Amino acid sequence: MLELRGVSRSVRGRVHIQSTDLTLQPGTMNVLLGPTLSGKTSLMRLMAGLDIPTEGRVFAHGRDVTGMRVQDRKVAMVYQQFINYPSMTVYDNIASPLRLMRKSRAEIDRAVRGTAEMLRLTALLDRKPLELSGGQQQRCALARALVKDSDLVLLDEPLANLDYKLREELRAEIPRIFRESGAIFVYATTEPEEALLLGGNTATLWEGRITQFGPAPEVYRRPNDAITARVYSDPPMNFAPCRKQGHSLTFGEGIHAPADGAFAGLPDGLYRAGFRPNHLRFEAHSGAAVAFRCTLGIAEITGSETFLHLTHGADNWVALLHGVHHFDPGTEISLMLDPAHVYLFEADGRLALPASYAAAA
Amino acid sequence: MTDIPATAAAGRASRAGGTDMAGLRRLVSYAVLIGYLLFLLVPIYWLVNMSFKGNLEILNTMTLLPADPTLANYARILGDPTWYMGYVNSLIYVVMNTVISVTVALPAAYAFSRYSFIGDKHLFFWLLTNRMAPPAVFALPFFQLYSSIGLFDTHIAVALAHCLFNVPLAVWILEGFMRGVPKEIDETAYIDGYSWGRFFVRIFMPLISSGIGVAAFFCFMFSWVDLLLSRTLTSVEVKTIGVAMTRTSSATGLDYGTLAAAGVLTIVPGALVIWFVRNYIAKGFALGRV
Repeated sequence: MLELRGVSRSVRGRVHIQSTDLTLQPGTMNVLLGPTLSGKTSLMRLMAGLDIPTEGRVFAHGRDVTGMRVQDRKVAMVYQQFINYPSMTVYDNIASPLRLMRKSRAEIDRAVRGTAEMLRLTALLDRKPLELSGGQQQRCALARALVKDSDLVLLDEPLANLDYKLREELRAEIPRIFRESGAIFVYATTEPEEALLLGGNTATLWEGRITQFGPAPEVYRRPNDAITARVYSDPPMNFAPCRKQGHSLTFGEGIHAPADGAFAGLPDGLYRAGFRPNHLRFEAHSGAAVAFRCTLGIAEITGSETFLHLTHGADNWVALLHGVHHFDPGTEISLMLDPAHVYLFEADGRLALPASYAAAA
Repeated sequence: MTDIPATAAAGRASRAGGTDMAGLRRLVSYAVLIGYLLFLLVPIYWLVNMSFKGNLEILNTMTLLPADPTLANYARILGDPTWYMGYVNSLIYVVMNTVISVTVALPAAYAFSRYSFIGDKHLFFWLLTNRMAPPAVFALPFFQLYSSIGLFDTHIAVALAHCLFNVPLAVWILEGFMRGVPKEIDETAYIDGYSWGRFFVRIFMPLISSGIGVAAFFCFMFSWVDLLLSRTLTSVEVKTIGVAMTRTSSATGLDYGTLAAAGVLTIVPGALVIWFVRNYIAKGFALGRV
């Protein structure tokens, strides 16, 4: 078990991590999700003991390990860059943490070969890391991190420098590796999709603060506040002002929808409506859907999806649509939104009402 | 096979007729190159040439090749301890200096490349300013200092004196190479359980081995070519090659042949060392920052 109690870190007056309380249970996968510079790496370095918190204490298995030498902590870490010892073979790379633990030769050999098998490195054991492809180098780094059976395995965007194909391949392997190791895994990523695929718990980070921590689907469906919802959505969540008055919701500039169902119980007032880009569609998917007329900025087309960058009144939105759709910039487009997909946030960002589809799930 | 050069030559000739300017430009560039090489190599050739002649031939005639080649000059140097011990002594203090400079510079360069501390940039620059004064400036204080503490006329005296110039240089070169190694390697090693010393020797030094080679080379060269400090700080016990070479004037005049042979033998170690590190020298001159 790893526990951060009131941990914060500032460097030369700049706050990298705001006061954080976090408890990671043994044998769990924990994903730190946040944009670059949100503090994922800083938080990980505090967990590893590479940096010492400015305030607060770190506990491992109930023991205070704040300020303990990183050599004496039972942690392992894999960086975004492929970090191996270039002058040693893959075998020696994987064996090096065990040699430092003064394990017997037979024991080391067994552990190295077992880990190499798990990460499909067996055929490469006699090579030097720089002779390997990027994916193989990162697998070597993973093997070195896993071989020593540490309680805490920190993976700092381990797949970010890999090409798409290799990334998918390794990403599929990580949950399996995690299950076999039984350690606390902490995995940093900038991609919401990755956090959902890996499962386990998600901690969303924003400007050095954990905005929410909980099981991945829970955080995704019921974000505490607008920031979490924004971070845990790719492309980011769209927002529009929304007024509730009596039995009516008014979005932006006079788009009305009946305030029935869960909306009915909400006090009257001004809210921020948030909805995910994939919930904007061309055709109405339910009778309650309301139409928004938007102006197209640009359209980005991938193989099977279209991203429309839109303006609606004063708001900039992104719509993610299936299929390929060609539009000229400046076109007026009418898109449908089901109020069941709308989250309502208070003016200060706190969640007022989760989307009814999420509450039902 | 034989007709290929012929056709190539014919083609070149016809092209030269077509583009006179290009041909002329090439001719000029060759001439400049050859002239420059001659300018560089003639003194060395002359030295080698003289070292195989007798004094009579050197003084009386000008010959491009020795009329009567002799190894007597070399035999004199290699057979006379007062001569060859000059080389031995010089090599001893040069190697001492190289070892001390690199050993001292390694941790210093590591500190500069990895940590930020108060005044680190100023200190780093100040190190280099040590190289900006000519050695002659330091000859007197070194002589006085070493005489008073009993280090005068020892190998270590010269080696330490040269450290004043070589340690800053080695720190600069090594820092450049170390900066190229990502800090994450250090951290990964600590996480794996390496102590600093073990990490430094087992993992870090192999990574910057070319940098260590370049730094050692520059220390070797500066120490080897310095005459002034080594002459000032030695007298009887430790005769350096520089000192030995100034003793060739005698009652019978200057012994040109032997002096030339000594000169050739002085060039050899430097040339050998350059040969070994030739692939890294450019990087070394850029202080590892290429």
